Amino acid sequence: MPKDQPDLDLSPKVSDEVRKTTCYMCACRCGINVHLKDGKVAYIEGNRDHPVNQGVLCAKGSAGIMQVNAPSRLRKPLKRVGERGSGEFEEIEWDEALQIATDWLAPIRKDDPSKLAFFTGRDQSQSFTSFFAQNFGTPNYAAHGGFCSVNMAAAGIYTMGGAFWEFGQPDWDHTKLFMLFGVAEDHDSNPIKMGIGKIKARGARVIGVNPIRTGYNAVADDWVGITPGTDGLFILSMVHCLMKAGKIDVNYLAQYTNAPCLVNGDEKSPEFGLLLRDDDGKELVMDRATGKLTPFDQKGVKPDLTATHRHAGISHRTVMQHMAERYLSDEYAPEAVADRVGISAKRIRTLAAEIARVAFEEAFELNHAWTDFRGETHLTMQGRPVSFHSMRGISAHANGFQTCRALHVLQILLGSVEVPGGFRFKPPYPKPATAHPKPHCGTTPDKPLDGPHLGFVHGPDDLALKDDGTPARIDKAFTWENPMSAHGLMHMVISNAHAGDPYKIDTLFMYMANMSWNSSMNTGGVMEMLTDKDDNGDYVIPRIIYSDAYSSEMVAYADLILPDTTYLERHDCISLLDRPICEADAAADAIRWPVIEPDRDVRGFQSVLCELGGKLGLPGFTNEDGSQKYADYADYIVNHERKPGIGPLAGFRMGEDGLTSGRGGVNASQLENYIENGGFFVEHIPEGANYYKPWNAAYQDWAVGMGLYDSPQPYLFSLYVEPMRRFQLAAEGHGDQQPPDHLRERIKATMDPLPIWYDPAPDNKVDDYPITALTQRPMAMYHSWGSQNAWLRQLHGHNPLYLPTKLMRENNLADGDWAKVTSPHGEITVPVLEMAALNENTVWTWNAIGKRKGAWALDENAPEATKGFLLNHLIHELLPPKGDGLRWANSDPITGQAAWFDLKVRIEKADAPAESQPAMKPIKSPVGKGPKTLTWKVGK
Amino acid sequence: MTTLPHSTTKKLGLVIDLDTCVGCHACVISCKGWNTENYGAPLADTDAYGSDPSGTFLNRVHSYEVQPPQGEAQLIHFPKSCLHCEDAPCVTVCPTGASYKRVEDGIVLVNESDCIGCGLCAWACPYGAREMDAVEKVMKKCTLCVDRIYNENLPEEDREPACVRTCPAGARHFGDFADPDSNVSKLTAERGGMDLMPEQGTKPVNKYLPPRPKDTLSEGAGDIDILAPYLEPVAQEAKGFLGWLDKTLEKL
Repeated sequence: MPKDQPDLDLSPKVSDEVRKTTCYMCACRCGINVHLKDGKVAYIEGNRDHPVNQGVLCAKGSAGIMQVNAPSRLRKPLKRVGERGSGEFEEIEWDEALQIATDWLAPIRKDDPSKLAFFTGRDQSQSFTSFFAQNFGTPNYAAHGGFCSVNMAAAGIYTMGGAFWEFGQPDWDHTKLFMLFGVAEDHDSNPIKMGIGKIKARGARVIGVNPIRTGYNAVADDWVGITPGTDGLFILSMVHCLMKAGKIDVNYLAQYTNAPCLVNGDEKSPEFGLLLRDDDGKELVMDRATGKLTPFDQKGVKPDLTATHRHAGISHRTVMQHMAERYLSDEYAPEAVADRVGISAKRIRTLAAEIARVAFEEAFELNHAWTDFRGETHLTMQGRPVSFHSMRGISAHANGFQTCRALHVLQILLGSVEVPGGFRFKPPYPKPATAHPKPHCGTTPDKPLDGPHLGFVHGPDDLALKDDGTPARIDKAFTWENPMSAHGLMHMVISNAHAGDPYKIDTLFMYMANMSWNSSMNTGGVMEMLTDKDDNGDYVIPRIIYSDAYSSEMVAYADLILPDTTYLERHDCISLLDRPICEADAAADAIRWPVIEPDRDVRGFQSVLCELGGKLGLPGFTNEDGSQKYADYADYIVNHERKPGIGPLAGFRMGEDGLTSGRGGVNASQLENYIENGGFFVEHIPEGANYYKPWNAAYQDWAVGMGLYDSPQPYLFSLYVEPMRRFQLAAEGHGDQQPPDHLRERIKATMDPLPIWYDPAPDNKVDDYPITALTQRPMAMYHSWGSQNAWLRQLHGHNPLYLPTKLMRENNLADGDWAKVTSPHGEITVPVLEMAALNENTVWTWNAIGKRKGAWALDENAPEATKGFLLNHLIHELLPPKGDGLRWANSDPITGQAAWFDLKVRIEKADAPAESQPAMKPIKSPVGKGPKTLTWKVGK
Repeated sequence: MTTLPHSTTKKLGLVIDLDTCVGCHACVISCKGWNTENYGAPLADTDAYGSDPSGTFLNRVHSYEVQPPQGEAQLIHFPKSCLHCEDAPCVTVCPTGASYKRVEDGIVLVNESDCIGCGLCAWACPYGAREMDAVEKVMKKCTLCVDRIYNENLPEEDREPACVRTCPAGARHFGDFADPDSNVSKLTAERGGMDLMPEQGTKPVNKYLPPRPKDTLSEGAGDIDILAPYLEPVAQEAKGFLGWLDKTLEKL
């Protein structure tokens, strides 16, 4: 007989209080409800009102409780007492730590500010950290974009004024075909999952193009297991098919893009290949209505896509004619590319046909009237329900910029950008390259830099070169080696600083960047560079300051550690000046605030910079009397104004008649207002203003009112990127600024103003190393500091190398066997596992699971340290020598993006070693080890 | 031994959509978080930072590769937790009555104060859906968040299991299968929701929606001829293409 059912309390108290803040377990920035009991974190869930995640939360977010309580948290400032790399530290007080930093940095600033290299990793406060660096006066600042996804961002900005993720998103409500290229389970973590769920629920199709069928590609209706690095060729072949079939949006191309702009065709002209402009610099088009040349933005103009114009004896033909000549060529026919991309010609045609079918047969209109920048009113909005998303997978190749360009051009040819059903920008985007700053590198002792570090170049005059033509920046960003390096080259900083090329530095100052481990190419080499000494016995890189919240591998390689807080113990702003959290229909920003107080002697890094800026007397950080201007980061967030009425936060500003949004004065209660509102602020774009944003007068006016622009900024999409042509012109011998001779041919070949594809494989010795090796991060750890997290490490505690069935058979391997993996740079010996849903010539593993012994408060026998491994050991920051004596960076020649995914290897079966190889010697943990058992219940 | 109710008023359970589950583990960790803090003993983790970490989870995601006879291999993510079976063998095997099925809603629970940790129920469950807590030595299992779904301290919209509330892809649905008009009943009917291992005779309440057919745009799938007209050339080379452009612009 059953006993009586027990009497359950079905309404137990959930928590004492819910505090709403912003997650920081990855870069996605979801809103979270932090439930507290007795002042301790009891449970974390998604915030339903938040624009990013609308209540849902990923594994990382829910595991935040284990992050906030992680035993790897640093506890107090540390001063190195042993040799670099040993992990020998002593704990010091904050006063001493700040004095040491001041004593190191003040003389540099007075003498030569460029001797400081300040680089931040997974930084969500770049508008603030760059403000510090700019005030210090060093040109050497960037965040991690250069080794992450700058190709996607830069190609998007130059082509259409924005790219994916923070720049824009598919129109999830209307899209009927969603195509993903090379996406790992990454950027825009929850919104992509939410979007896929939403469109699948209404029967829309998802196509995944990726050598590996995991995650989103596993749920894709169709999977295209492409050969890595050939996406650009595949896309251009689809462009060939679509153009040939006339499946392009002719009206869209004529009205909103530079397809009708006129290209100078005189090979001898210093303007050969540049666009014809009027005296005001406006692009001219041939008007079909009048038969006359007219600036593109005039009312009633009907731009001609096929015009030829002779002017001053020079023939000009439209961009569209150049595109027709290039892409209709049989060179791009599916039959010509099939072998290289690993997709049959038939399938390429089928995919292109499906895109054509959905874009044009399932087209629809929204009944929203809108007026364009020419003053024409349209009664409806034309929809093209095909959308795309892509990130690192296609950008982390040496041909990544052109590949990303090709993808953006494909979207534009379909007329599917900023239209219903297509891809939509998120404020403050769209924002064309011309509306962004240019890079600045002018240093003066004891003075701030002459402007923002990073930006967009429009020709050789904008490069960051010294008067003698040598690189102004330690990372050689914005030089002839990589002219459009909009995010800098963090992966070259240590290598260049060690080599003294282009010059020596004094202090390397880094934040949240695990450079002696998974965030560097050539990990072992970087450790040597960080510990190398000169003939005098001094470190080649004399001083290293590092800030992190956790005992990461990088801690051991610094001289001074400034311990940061966890994300629940700090203020932050997710700012419109930086990398905001807007949606296609709304501007939004958010804060973090200390929902709990630290139980350790740690300080938020940004607050430490406020203090350091005050001690160094930096103009932006001191009052007129020399006293410290901002007490802490919260003070800065509320009171700093970039220009009158524009501060880090756009919500709850002080207007003439009370609180206002966008432009407005300082509001002393702003953070309280955010907290009351759930930690974020959102302002919706009016209906009718929310599509066609680059050309929609109502959107442009709204954006000016919000302070996103100072004046309306309508522009044409750049199918043809004229700034690239200016670099080619220089390489052809035109102009005063000339590239070094050894780079001329490469600039001519790669800086093509129309997308091209070239093969990075030969530079990576594909003949001897025929297999591509890739990494992904698992969804439960993407972009997170969570791989030591007690709950998450049980999901992914070690990482096998996944081999396709063919390579398993060829090498006589079985699951659990070990293989030696060799690249032109190095070798590793690791455990293997078979995976069938994988491109037959590709191997891969989860990135950053492998840990160094002694780091992250893990036991030295943790599987992360014994079986886990990094592919980074196989990847060098330089290409294999070509025999010409030159150092060729393993980077995209246009942007300098680290070409992680060009790695070529060969594989052979190996005897099982005791541990994955190479095994690094343990470092001493500054925080001890974690507890044995967890039974984590904070309530009674 | 313990008996099951003859019938239950409601049949609360989950629909899990295998077509949409991306395998992100959000449900796994959200469940871990809620149930560590709430119902019964916390879900312990042993050797949490060591060489063999092992914790109690009430919900896990398994991933399986499937090689169809024709075409590309596929990867299926398969979340699994207690299915709250109508004929739950884990209940009838319980020597103390600690395991029981609630008569009002069909949720299968363990009354931890009566559980002696003998583990018979875990042996009896054909799905491996119960886990012995290594520290507390009591049997842990999915409660369908019985302390959320009726909880008057939560806003009404949050009265659903933590795994459902958190799922980013919307692959998990909660409702009453006894009501033919409920969201879960309708989804099951529309999408051919399936029992897990029906041959076991356990009559699981939870249902799985099977993945939709994949790779239908591939060669040999029959779509080629249907799609070919969309790529009918307007011209073979640049000159003809420009002529077509001209004509198209004229018509605008």
